[in-house]
Amino acid sequence: MIALATRLLGRLPIGWLQLAHRRGRFLAAILGVGFANLLVFMQLGFMGALTSTVGLPYAALDADILIQAPDANTLTDGSPLPRQRMLDALAVPGVIAAAPVFMGKLEWRSADGSARSLDVMGVDPRLPSLRALEGRREVLTLPGAAFIDRATRNVPPEVFAALDAGTPQRFEFQGRGLTLHGSFTIGGSFSGDGWLVMSDQSFVSLFRNRSLHAPNLVLVRAAPGKDAAALAARINAVLPSADAVARPLATALARDTAFQTTQRPVGIIFGMGVLMGALVGLIIVYQVLSSDVADHLREYATMKAMGYRQGFFLGIIMEQAVVLASLGFIPGSVMAYGLYALLTAVTGIDVLMPPERLLGVLAGTVVMCVASGALATRRLARADPAELF
Amino acid sequence: MEPAITVRALDHHFGEGEARRQVLFGVEFDIARGALVVLMGASGSGKTTLLTLLGGLRSVQAGSVRVLGREMAGASARVLAEARRRMGFIFQAHNLHESLTAVQNVRLALDVHGAVPEAEAAAARALSLVGLEDRLHYHPARLSGGQKQRVAVARALAGSPEIIFADEPTAALDAENGLAVVALLKRLGAARGTTTLMVTHDNRVLDLADRILTMRDGRLMPA
Repeated sequence: MIALATRLLGRLPIGWLQLAHRRGRFLAAILGVGFANLLVFMQLGFMGALTSTVGLPYAALDADILIQAPDANTLTDGSPLPRQRMLDALAVPGVIAAAPVFMGKLEWRSADGSARSLDVMGVDPRLPSLRALEGRREVLTLPGAAFIDRATRNVPPEVFAALDAGTPQRFEFQGRGLTLHGSFTIGGSFSGDGWLVMSDQSFVSLFRNRSLHAPNLVLVRAAPGKDAAALAARINAVLPSADAVARPLATALARDTAFQTTQRPVGIIFGMGVLMGALVGLIIVYQVLSSDVADHLREYATMKAMGYRQGFFLGIIMEQAVVLASLGFIPGSVMAYGLYALLTAVTGIDVLMPPERLLGVLAGTVVMCVASGALATRRLARADPAELF
Repeated sequence: MEPAITVRALDHHFGEGEARRQVLFGVEFDIARGALVVLMGASGSGKTTLLTLLGGLRSVQAGSVRVLGREMAGASARVLAEARRRMGFIFQAHNLHESLTAVQNVRLALDVHGAVPEAEAAAARALSLVGLEDRLHYHPARLSGGQKQRVAVARALAGSPEIIFADEPTAALDAENGLAVVALLKRLGAARGTTTLMVTHDNRVLDLADRILTMRDGRLMPA
């Protein structure tokens, strides 16, 4: 292997030999780099989880275009808009369906004191609005009937077992009785534990200050083959811009994600976390490489006395940087997979590892290692060999 | 023919400001090619400083140092590195690379000249010249002091340098080994026409020298 490396490098693999000579240190350095990787992976995982939970309810909607009030930043926070906007949109050629959606929030407290914060959607049971409800939305026409998000945190599993067995479950929600008739899946977010869906009639009797004439969203479906962006522009042309804006679903999601990651405290905190993780990682990697350079200063000085030049030492450090970056990446990513799975199990939020994150962190580690190595050899470049012995 | 080494009006200071202290005063001498010259003097007389200046291991502050026809004063990093490739160093402490085996240590001195075919074999030959053919793949930690110093000698010679600078090469060795190392340098130097400048306190070495330079308090004593 040494012979192969010698042939590839055109010199002895001195960096590798130096690392391998002190096994304990080598292992510690690999774990140090791995830990730096893990830090960055965790922060990216949090950030990624935030982004992916934002998208979950959008994916559940049976819509190509969303109409919201102009003040809406997220799916749930917009002012109500006149129901008339739905009819306005339906009049635009290319629109084949439109449905109102009401958004609210409620606390579901149990007698034992446990509580869940639920996002509530009120839908018109005669119109398609959530894909998961197709084929059974007429159940919602029963007064006080609701479906619950299966991924809702902190719900006793017996509830879902009973629902699966076809037994409706009656609960008190803020003093009003609701009957759960079944479940569907969206998934919790950072602000809510899960979702509840009911008819618009049940919704307004639960939220007394809301009116059937003022939904929060209008879901619009385009005729097959219609470009959503062009159609949204045409809808906007007929809607009064003061109280309603139409956007393609993907655009609305992108706006929401941008808002939650850059304007909300949680997004800013995770963003800072990614930065701090990268910074701490950089410091760990620099520490590892610069102490290795310091340890071998005498030997480098001897090589300098033989006539080796700065580029040669840079090559040794780069070799070590690449070895440490790649070997440290293995425990770092394995630990990250483990902790992602743990977080997913504990929080009910999917913390996933997209392949581009793996590649990005690996590339970032190599760059950080190489930059730290170059920085760590500066002292060697300046000094006369006689001063280093 | 130009001497191997020409030194003129060489001064050197250590330290800055109040602590600034002159260690070399107007040193001048020539060394002919192929000579084995011993540099003597009490410790602190400036021998090692002089040696490191000649070898391009320390920047020349004032005066002129010409080595193998090249001025070292004010030379760029590139020129100094090229000059060092034509020299071999043997240090007080052996300064072997602890992560490399004996033969790899010697190879370092060959590889500096670019990719050499059969570098490993050439390094092994240099080690057999110093009687270490059975220790090729030992790391320095597993070699005795004398063996390490012999590896250092092999390393200094392996690149076929035109000048060898040796700073107390026998200091870490017992009398017998020390003399053997110097005799080896003399023999190999004579065979290749190498110029050797050796700092030593060891009086038994003097018989082997072509010429003796003596330093005292930073000045070269008249012969």
